[in-house]
Amino acid sequence: MVANKTTLKSVFLENRVLLLKITIHLMSLLPLVALYLLAFDDQLGADPVKEVIHFTGMGGFNLLLLSLLIMPLAKKYRQAYLLQVRRLLGLYSFTYAVCHLLSFLAFEVQFDLTLFFNEIIDRPYITVGVGAFIILLSLAFTSLNSLKRSMGKSWQKLHNWVYLAVLLIALHYFWSVKSGLFDPGMYAVITVFLLSLRREKFKRWFKK
Amino acid sequence: MLIKTKKNYQLSENEVTAEPVYHDRRQVLKKMGYLGAGTLLAQSASANPLDFFSNKPDKVFAQRALSFQPAGESSQIWTPEAKVTTHNNFYEFGTNKSDPVENAQGFNVNPWQLSISGEVDKPYTLGYDDLFTRFDLEERIYRLRCVEAWSMVIPWIGFSLAEVIKKAAPNSRAKYVAFETLYDPKQMPGQASRRLGGGVQYPYVEGLRIDEAMNPLTLLSVGLYGKTLPAQNGAPIRLVVPWKYGFKSIKSIVSIKLVEKKPPTSWNILAANEYGFYANVNPEVDHPRWSQASERRITSGGLFARNRIATLPFNGYGEDVADMYKNMDLKVNY
Ligand code: HEM
Repeated sequence: MVANKTTLKSVFLENRVLLLKITIHLMSLLPLVALYLLAFDDQLGADPVKEVIHFTGMGGFNLLLLSLLIMPLAKKYRQAYLLQVRRLLGLYSFTYAVCHLLSFLAFEVQFDLTLFFNEIIDRPYITVGVGAFIILLSLAFTSLNSLKRSMGKSWQKLHNWVYLAVLLIALHYFWSVKSGLFDPGMYAVITVFLLSLRREKFKRWFKK
Repeated sequence: MLIKTKKNYQLSENEVTAEPVYHDRRQVLKKMGYLGAGTLLAQSASANPLDFFSNKPDKVFAQRALSFQPAGESSQIWTPEAKVTTHNNFYEFGTNKSDPVENAQGFNVNPWQLSISGEVDKPYTLGYDDLFTRFDLEERIYRLRCVEAWSMVIPWIGFSLAEVIKKAAPNSRAKYVAFETLYDPKQMPGQASRRLGGGVQYPYVEGLRIDEAMNPLTLLSVGLYGKTLPAQNGAPIRLVVPWKYGFKSIKSIVSIKLVEKKPPTSWNILAANEYGFYANVNPEVDHPRWSQASERRITSGGLFARNRIATLPFNGYGEDVADMYKNMDLKVNY
């Protein structure tokens, strides 16, 4: 029995990255599929458009925060294997952001491009969101291993922009709400906390 | 060659959603039953991917059928009752659109007291039953335009505010009308918690100029879709001012007071640069957060409903109301 238990445990340990990745796939994809199925079928409250924009926005933000939590966790508990799921979380954050943007374009402004571009220019919260999106887009694009190798040092430089992206998203959220700043306030606190865990890194940048 | 096509928001109302069901009153009434489809959708509406574990009690706010003078035929496509009653801005019961339907089902509105007071010769009070018996009830199909750039078409039941005010015999100092929502934090969780209530100062207050209040379009509503108002729509009595953004149409009113000076209004207190006293629907004056040039009309249809339409000045009621503002700069008095 004892031997059996250790093998189970060791199988689990050997495959923990895989298991974690499967969990992340399921937890990210299933809600997204359910969301659009319900929304197409008009089963998502009175205004499915708002619901979809809200859900994909929050999902993308949550996933990005989770990806930023990985490094501090891995360091603190010396679990380097965790770093292997960071890219997946980042890519899902980007996937949610793509759904968010496309839903805004297709279902909110309904391909009225004049309105779309006017909104980007006139609404500071959307301008900021687009800024964050462009950063996430470039990070997702350069996340391929081959590109990462060929980019060398500039890869890390580029990917440091994620800190700006998460700040912009926190601001985007804060500015997008009509009233009641509690929830976006909480998110801002979490964002600043996650960044503060990296203060040594930021200090080094400024010393140079 | 240039092919001209109509932009989505140039479609007329009738073209927006081809759902003949909502045209046919009798069928709608038949489908309605006593409680209406509202409760059905309320349940599926919470079938949200995040709501796996929510298990809400099945308490339902009681509505009863009203007898009233029906509105004439209208070509407008009504917003389905299930949507009218599950998509509400009533921060007293939470800031999410679906909060009120979930949190207001236990709202007790009987007994109720609505006082009409201030600069009047004959102040008086209406009790719960008076709300349905003292004035002739009539149905009115109005467009409701929210400042958040969505809109609905709703069959309200009620009576003109003017009748209520005339009965109190206002004096010459009555220049404005101030309204107040019930203040009862025990029943209204949003009033008890700043977080739930979205930071609005309670009780919610609103106001109209006396000529706006006396305009025949201004309605005090006690029902919709043939029945008394659901709690989440502002039971037992609410204001409906169809040419102004929805936040002017204050819900669950306990006080109508005629006053000499312009009264404070809740959203104006919260953010004066975003929400003015007049709040007339105006496609030419953008809100800092939303373009007001067009709107999404909520009818039936899921994500693919092509429902963006142009917003009309005064929400299309200019003929009846524009005169009241003819010497005013509506860009300044937004
Ligand atoms: C690409 C450009 C973007 C556009 C056009 C956009 C547009 C919007 C819109 C229209 C809203 C709803 C505001 C309302 O309640 O009316 C919103 C909210 C939000 N967005 Fe974005 N967004 C963009 C980028 C992003 C990105 C990259 C993220 C993060 C991954 C994000 C996260 C959020 C969050 C968390 C909310 C608040 C959710 C809510 O309260 O409903 N957005 N955005």
